[in-house]
Amino acid sequence: MPDPAFVVAAILVSAAVTWALRALPFALLAPLRASALVRYLGAHMPAGVMTVLVVYTLTTLDGPPVALIVALAVTAGLHLWRRNIALSMLAGTTFYVVLVSWPS
Amino acid sequence: MLRVALRDSTAVGLACLPMGLAFGVLVAHSTLPWWWASVFATVVFAGSLEFLLLGLVTGGASLSQIALAALLVNARHVFYALTFPLHRVSGRLAKAYSTFALTDEAYALAQPHWRRGRILTLQALIHVYWVSSVTLGAVTGGLLPARVTGLGFAVTALFLGLGLDAIRSQRDALTPLIAAACALLAHWCFPRELLVVAMALFTGYVLVRFAVSRA
Repeated sequence: MPDPAFVVAAILVSAAVTWALRALPFALLAPLRASALVRYLGAHMPAGVMTVLVVYTLTTLDGPPVALIVALAVTAGLHLWRRNIALSMLAGTTFYVVLVSWPS
Repeated sequence: MLRVALRDSTAVGLACLPMGLAFGVLVAHSTLPWWWASVFATVVFAGSLEFLLLGLVTGGASLSQIALAALLVNARHVFYALTFPLHRVSGRLAKAYSTFALTDEAYALAQPHWRRGRILTLQALIHVYWVSSVTLGAVTGGLLPARVTGLGFAVTALFLGLGLDAIRSQRDALTPLIAAACALLAHWCFPRELLVVAMALFTGYVLVRFAVSRA
């Protein structure tokens, strides 16, 4: 396992960045409201950031491509249909786990 | 007060449960001891970041990569300050907790006319729901057979769902295509620095598009 001191440092860094993102904008509220750039970024960044994270997490999985494609399709299809994030995660992950754990 | 807050937050509590269980199970099947799951949930208290963080920590990422990941995944919180009723929460300590616990769920539920106690109790309850769900998942996750592999797909599925929600709310299919191209390019050229390179490329694209749209 990783060094516990490193895990503690990682948790503290994550908590500090997250808290800063949640708290500092209240102090900077007025200029934020006026900034066209900030509003543009707010509208256009999330979909792209999530896409990058999907690709990044895919590179950390080592299952066969067909399992990845099927599980991605199940997740996306179910999510577009039911719009329930927990359900999409559960179904997609179950498909993936069954496909890669299947005794060959 | 507690009864009102319980009623305010029941749906969120139920929604937290499967996600919290999933995160707890992932930790139980990682190289970390199970109880780290509760520490992550209590101290970081940001669901989607915790999923990503687990992989980064066990994969030996650097602290700067971790800070960047936190910045990227939680940048959306910047916009919550525009409408969340923090002015109703008086006191330094209370304000500190209220901003710390400003999750997507708290932001979505809190109403502008609510009093201090109702807002703080709601946030504390969501915190308790999240830590309990994660801990339950971590404790019971060890019971799953060790040969079950591929649970990490849950993180991919999470970001895929959040991405589809973002695409639907903006009705913009070009942005995710460009982002995917940036990520694949980064993966082929700099596989060890995928996140940093892909995000730099994608942010550059959005900035150029902003400049062009105003020209």
